[in-house]
Amino acid sequence: MILLWIIAILVLGGLLSWAFGRWSPNAPRWIAAAALGIDVVLVLSLFVSHSGEMSLSSGRAWLVELVRPWIPGFGISLHLALDGLSLLLVALSVFLGFLSVLTSWTEIKTKTGFFYFNLLWVLAGIIGVFSAVDLFLLYFFWELMLVPMYFLIGIWGHANRIYAAFKFFLFTQASGLALLISILALYFIHGSATGVYSFDYAQLLGTRLEPAAGLWLMIGFSLAFIVKIAGVPVHTWLPDAHAEAPTAGSIILAGLLLKTGAYGLLRFVLPFFPSALKVGAPVGMVLGVIGILYGAKLAFAQSDLKRLIAYTSVSHMGFVMLGIFALNSLALQGAVLQMICHGISTGALFMLAGVLQERIHTRDMRVMGGLWEKAPRLGAAGLIFALASLGLPGLGNFAAEFVTLFGSFRASVTLTIIASLGLIASTIYALSLVQRVFHGPRVREWSFSDLGGRELLIIGLLVIAIVWLGIYPQPVLNTAGGALTRIQEYASPDLGRLGPKESGAERIPGRLSPKSGARGRGGAL
Amino acid sequence: MSGMDLMALAPLWITAGASILILMFISVKRNFRFITGFSLAVSAAAFASLFWVDRMAPMSVASLFIIDGFALFYMGLLFGASFLIFLLAHGYLKALPEHREEFFLLTFLAVLGAAVMASSQNFVILFLGLEILSLSLYALISYPLTRKASLESGIKYLILASASAAFLLFGIALVYFETGTLEFSRTGAALAAGSSNTPIFFLGLSLIIVGLGFKLALVPFHTWTPDVYQGAPSPVTALVSSVSKGGTFAALLRLFFVFDVSRYPSLFLGFAVISAASMFVGNLLALLQNNVKRILAYSSISHFGYLLVAFLAGGRIGGEAAAFYLLAYFITIIAAFGVVTVMSSWDREAEALADYRGLFWRRPWIAAVFTAALLSLAGIPMTAGFLGKFYVVAAGVRSSLWFLVIVLIINSAAGLFYYLRIIVTMYLPAESRRTEGEVGRSMAAPVLAGGIALTVLVLLLFWFGIFPSGIIGVIKKTAGALDYAAVSTALGGGGRWID
Repeated sequence: MILLWIIAILVLGGLLSWAFGRWSPNAPRWIAAAALGIDVVLVLSLFVSHSGEMSLSSGRAWLVELVRPWIPGFGISLHLALDGLSLLLVALSVFLGFLSVLTSWTEIKTKTGFFYFNLLWVLAGIIGVFSAVDLFLLYFFWELMLVPMYFLIGIWGHANRIYAAFKFFLFTQASGLALLISILALYFIHGSATGVYSFDYAQLLGTRLEPAAGLWLMIGFSLAFIVKIAGVPVHTWLPDAHAEAPTAGSIILAGLLLKTGAYGLLRFVLPFFPSALKVGAPVGMVLGVIGILYGAKLAFAQSDLKRLIAYTSVSHMGFVMLGIFALNSLALQGAVLQMICHGISTGALFMLAGVLQERIHTRDMRVMGGLWEKAPRLGAAGLIFALASLGLPGLGNFAAEFVTLFGSFRASVTLTIIASLGLIASTIYALSLVQRVFHGPRVREWSFSDLGGRELLIIGLLVIAIVWLGIYPQPVLNTAGGALTRIQEYASPDLGRLGPKESGAERIPGRLSPKSGARGRGGAL
Repeated sequence: MSGMDLMALAPLWITAGASILILMFISVKRNFRFITGFSLAVSAAAFASLFWVDRMAPMSVASLFIIDGFALFYMGLLFGASFLIFLLAHGYLKALPEHREEFFLLTFLAVLGAAVMASSQNFVILFLGLEILSLSLYALISYPLTRKASLESGIKYLILASASAAFLLFGIALVYFETGTLEFSRTGAALAAGSSNTPIFFLGLSLIIVGLGFKLALVPFHTWTPDVYQGAPSPVTALVSSVSKGGTFAALLRLFFVFDVSRYPSLFLGFAVISAASMFVGNLLALLQNNVKRILAYSSISHFGYLLVAFLAGGRIGGEAAAFYLLAYFITIIAAFGVVTVMSSWDREAEALADYRGLFWRRPWIAAVFTAALLSLAGIPMTAGFLGKFYVVAAGVRSSLWFLVIVLIINSAAGLFYYLRIIVTMYLPAESRRTEGEVGRSMAAPVLAGGIALTVLVLLLFWFGIFPSGIIGVIKKTAGALDYAAVSTALGGGGRWID
């Protein structure tokens, strides 16, 4: 039930915000903050009550589960469940969601009721995607999160918002339809083979597919997820949407919406299409590497601060794709860590860009420069997250990229070498960002105040998170470990797990799952 | 015709009787409030009578009508639609200077015609139903007789609909010439036996398709649609886009379940081409419009293209998908034109996109209803339109109609452009006094009845989008009834086959 509550509270909170927005612009803010506060507590309680089960993956597939019949005629049920992987992402969602409510506290002055309604509903949709294990339900939430996001960009965005909102909606909706057809095809193939017509994840897992059918279905699923993850060449919606969205919108887009694509690849594409992946995975890795370098190059070329950050997302999500399609558990761990760290570091950068824009009303870096003296706290925060973005050891992204490359090295040496060039490229764009905004000659005399108490609180939380992830990422790896092992077993049963000679082996306890031991593999470790 | 037969036709008697009674009321004394209340009560009674008749179903009445679950389901849609349109039209009609009461009379006739079509099992009855429907629509479309635009579109509709009726009649004549019977079932049996598998028969069938395709506004018989939708008063547009199409579609569906289209590749191909063309033409031309009523007109063309995909998928799931999609379409399109109606007055239709600018900030409830309706047309989750689209795509995938499914997907994405355009306009900052001044007059009028109707529609829209199990159960029964009809007619049976 707790799963349903997490979503229901956001849905109800959204409706209340809208209703009370007429009375006072402040009421929706407090309602939204309260709703997310309750959710944070609920998610924390999940962590506490299941901490024992996560570190070593138990035989059970899910930590928490909820099944209710919904449309029995079609084999559709309201089936929500969390394992370590989805629990992490749900936690990230409520954390960033809470911070984005705080961020918009003063930024959004008009129509606050409807704004918080959309904000809470998009979060509800995202959490729904992370916890749905019925494919119809997945598609339901998948589409549902688009509409509120469309309104967030289209109503409260910046100058070019209508175009950006349109493009965002069109890209994701059209690719979502490919997902719908693929889900239905899988449903009917499975149904006609077994006589059981069901959209349930566990039922559909292990459906035998003809090679051609498997390939097409994999393409259909991947298309939807790769558009969301903003993989090259379907990334073009991202810079527009991210740059034009209000701050909270950018944080949610970069921090959470992109992750739904990566989550989809992990949860659905990898386990469903093991044989098609023999063709698909190398293509995915190549797309990932192209994304890393292309995103970094374009990031460097931007003069708009938010567009720059947006392109760094393309680059960082390239690492995630590389890790996912490398198909070994080390690379998968790296990808998941990267998802979390990117959510925090890019969320923070967008928040800082929003803070700056709220004060000086521009995102154009050509008119910035020398802002450190005006606002040293803002500058310091910017520096920390720029360094995180470039992968400085000690901050989360370093650990993530390192583990990812470590894993992908096993899959392809050449691609890993090219991908590691991305680390150099990211240094260039991240340092140039700091240089152009905070240092260098002062182009214009701006007068504005430094970070206030509320903003310091947000940044402080984010700094703690990113440092913690950099120094001690083990809890994250442990939490996701069991889930990833299972996914990896489905995805490439023949690849096996890491041999003892791998030096990274000591760090990955997830691989020692009892389940794999029972299958007679992994016992040698 | 026995007493039982008469009872089975109760829904038809009730609507026919209502129009006669209203005629008499009008000749005695015009009382708008009384006639509105009476009409609402009668359409509710007609709806309730379906449950009563359902106990006798399925039965065939004198080989002219067939009262089965299928017919009753579609009649239910028609009566429900008329009830809601009466509510929506209340505010609009009240402001009319004259001839307010005839609207109800004519609407009952239109519903009667559509219901006759939905329950016909004989070409003569089909034609009769179509003509009753058309005749009342001629008058309804040109309703405020002082308004140029509606007169123009009324005449346009008159000429084109008469021509298409001539096609239909000629087609029926050719089919009769070949098979010697006017009953669907016997015609189907003759076709199945292979004795009348001749070019003349297929020519006749094609002409029948032309006649029905005109009413459904399928490409290439769609050219009247945008002009008539735009010119007709908004409540009538809601009627044309729902009741008129619903009855015709039910007849077409029954006809072709009996004929089993999928067995004739040329017919199948013909329908596939019509379906794909309707989707493309409807969506692409909608992109070019700046008039809300025209956008919705083109959108309804494309929606019948989608509906044909379910129709072509055939089988049990195809029939179910078509029924559900039509239900969702009815709710959605009546809600959409309902919003236009509530925004309009008889002398000033709120049809320009600019009229809707900033509507959300002025009248949030109406804008929210319109948003929900447009999202449902676009097939976004939580709305009935989403499940309708899901059902249709499922039926298409099930029958491996890959080409049509992919065309549907492409069009579904293209359709977003113009739905979002209207939505965006409603959420733009309200602009100056222009909108307030011109449309403001009609909007100042209290629209309690319209508001109730919109609320009911939006609740249904979400209810069927989130909890569709109940209605799917009902639809499964009606689709089953159609299967039964198909089976029984394939055996050559006409007459009565109860129990």
